[in-house]
Order: sequence, then structure tokens, then C-alpha cells
Amino acid sequence: MALSSKEIIAKRVALEMKDGDIVNLGIGLPTLVPDFLPADVRVTLHSENGFVGLGPLQEVDADLVNAGGQPAGIIPGAAMFDSLKSFELVRGGHLDVTVLGGLQVDEQGNLANYMVPGKMVPGMGGAMDLVVGAKKVVVAMEHTAKDGGAKILKQCTLPLTGKGVVSVIVTELALIRMTQDGLVLEELAPGVTLEEVQAKTEASLIISNGLKTMPGFE
Amino acid sequence: MRKVTTLEEAVTRVQDGMTVMVGGFLGVGTPHGLTEAIAAKGIQDLTLICNDTARPDLGVGKWVVNRQVKRAIVSHVGTNPETGRQMIAGEMQVDLTPQGTLAERIRAGGSGLGGILTPTGVGTAVEEGKQKLTVAGKEYLLELPLRADVALVYAAKADKAGNLVFRRSARNFNAPMAMAAECVIAEVGEIVEVGEIDPDEVMVPGIVVDWLVLGKGV
Repeated sequence: MALSSKEIIAKRVALEMKDGDIVNLGIGLPTLVPDFLPADVRVTLHSENGFVGLGPLQEVDADLVNAGGQPAGIIPGAAMFDSLKSFELVRGGHLDVTVLGGLQVDEQGNLANYMVPGKMVPGMGGAMDLVVGAKKVVVAMEHTAKDGGAKILKQCTLPLTGKGVVSVIVTELALIRMTQDGLVLEELAPGVTLEEVQAKTEASLIISNGLKTMPGFE
Repeated sequence: MRKVTTLEEAVTRVQDGMTVMVGGFLGVGTPHGLTEAIAAKGIQDLTLICNDTARPDLGVGKWVVNRQVKRAIVSHVGTNPETGRQMIAGEMQVDLTPQGTLAERIRAGGSGLGGILTPTGVGTAVEEGKQKLTVAGKEYLLELPLRADVALVYAAKADKAGNLVFRRSARNFNAPMAMAAECVIAEVGEIVEVGEIDPDEVMVPGIVVDWLVLGKGV
């Protein structure tokens, strides 16, 4: 069966993890990533409401939820702590990867994902800490907005979650990595053309010499 | 000193116009007996310091719906549409604060610090009006301490001396908030005799807790 856009994104994001990584997954699409981890890659999940060792739900415990407030499980070896320790781990460089959604990303590696002034004001929660603290910041999002407008821009127009923080953008069309030279288009999803990605991207993309099809979809 | 009291007696410590810290993360770890009582009494003009504004029918979310909150210092309001509505309509002041920064500001308030330096929020709207300092070539924001008139916290267990033990992800902001208020009221799931909690297991020392109320659980 064909994968949905979200599943394509989650499957490719999973390949950004290394065995042993400590990972924080944002609410929504990023929570699909563990389903696609290669068999030889085990990661430890951090939940910013106060623990490491997030795992599949076993039985509902009113005291144990994930960062989306949903009933959660913990794995053997998990550790619980308060919000201070949770964000000491985040800002202190103890997380290898954070995966979060995006409203806009730009050529400077800026990310906007916490509010649309006057319309949507969920707030940043832990996202501003996560993007400055995690070693690798993966933005997992659909390539364009619901109205078809570009989300990968020359310059973000929405309030920023973080300045120059993005490491890599994974969409259902492409993988784009932030480098010192700018945004580099490294991979195209199966069946997607360079022209389509460029047409749906406002930012200038550097085309990698090794441009290839996303691995893992053979 | 006797610390165990009734819910009715405890909520008399909360009065119109006060600044109140409330533990919990989307209602998990919130002292619901206390928040319900304050909703029922209709105490007004509160400044709320909490991770989030929960949901309209849950915890401090009811205070927002009842229009008991004039200002909220929180990291996230997305689960309570009424907060967003009052914020956009200019009916309530909402200071969106990154979650890790919120925790650290509370810690500073409870631990005698003049503020904390954090890289979180540099280059975003969060830095507006704040002093920026460069230390060893890196920019930080000076974030100022937060204190409250009253902190309402939830713990799974206390002894009659007020020593607190939290459980699972219900710890969150409860631990730092218990340090940062003039009056600390702990709603607890179980009250045991002094000496029944091993000193090594104590997560918040009882000396900072003023009142204990037997609660109904998370």
C-alpha cells in the first residue's frame, strides 16, 4: 500500500537517527517516527513533561502522560524528573535529535512554528528550548501549506521559534539540509522531480552534486 | 507546627488580585481539589503562573473560562481555545514564555537568584524588552525571577512535616513552584506520619510547605 505524505516523512526522518541517540519528538507527525526506525537503531525518547524512556502505552496511569497530555508508557530503565531537570537536559546539549513540525523555514535556517499572530496562538511550549539545545534539529513537515503556498522561504514572515537553528528539513517531496552555504537539496522522494520541488519552494536551493532518491523506499 | 488542614481552610489563603502558581502539565499533577474550590469561589483578578491553561473544563482552564485570570504567564495555551480568544480580544494578558525559561525563572525566584541567562529565545519575539548579555562569545537573555503569593502544588504523598514525594510525570512544575511562593499549599494523595518517608526519598523538603490538604488524586 502506498505511504501517506506523513508516513513518507516519518520514514525518512527515522533514518536521521543513530543507534543510542536521545531523541525528543514533537506532537503530531513526529510521533510516527519510531514506527519506521531500522531494526538496528534503538533510541531513547525524552518527554519534556519530565522523563526519559517514553515507550508504548501498557496501561493507563493518570500520573503518566506524554508531552501532548496523552496516556503514555515507560520502558525499563526510564527516569522521571521535574521540569527543571527536563530542560537542563534540553538546553545542556544532552539531546541528540529533536523532531518538530514547521509553519515556515527559511534560507538562514530560521524556524517559525508557534504562532500565527491574531489567528493561532498555541504558544511555544518547549519548542524554543528544544531548537537551541538539541544537537540536530529536524523539521518534519508537508512541503507546502494547505493553500499550496510555499513554506520553505527566503525569509520567514511569522514569529520565529528559533534563529538559525534548523539542521535538516524533511518533507513528502524532498530532504533539504542546512549548510554553511545555504539550503542544499540532497534527496527527492520517489517519483518527485527537481522541477516540482523548485516550483514549490521559494527559498534558493543549492542542488547537491549527489542528488538522489530518498533511500529506504525500494 | 500543624500543617494538615481542610480544603475550605486552605483556599482562604487565596484572595482576589493575588499571583498564584499552579503545578501541572495539561492538568496532570494539578491539585484539582484546590483549583475546583477556587473556581467555585470565583476569586478574581488572578495572575496565573502555570505551564499551560489546560482545557476549558479542566484545572486552571476553568479559571480562564470563568474570567478569573487577568494575566497568565504560561508556555502553552493551545489546548484551551478560550485563552487564545481572550488573548486576541485583549481581555487577558498572556505572557508566552518558553517552558524551560518558565521553569528557570521559578527556580530563580525560589532560590535567591537575581535571574538566569539562557540562550532560549535569542533572535525571537521573546527577547523584546530584555537585557541581552554576551558571555564567551555567545548571546544570552537575562530572564528575571518569578515568585507568587501562593503556590498550589500536587504530590502523591506527604508526611505530616510536609515532605513531598511526587509520582511519574505528575512532578513537572510542582517541585520548583513549592520553593517560590510566600505560602505553599500542597494537595496530596496520601498523608503519612513523620518518619514514614525515607529522607532519601523526599523530593521537596517539608520546611517549604505551609499547608497540606488531602486530595482526590490527579
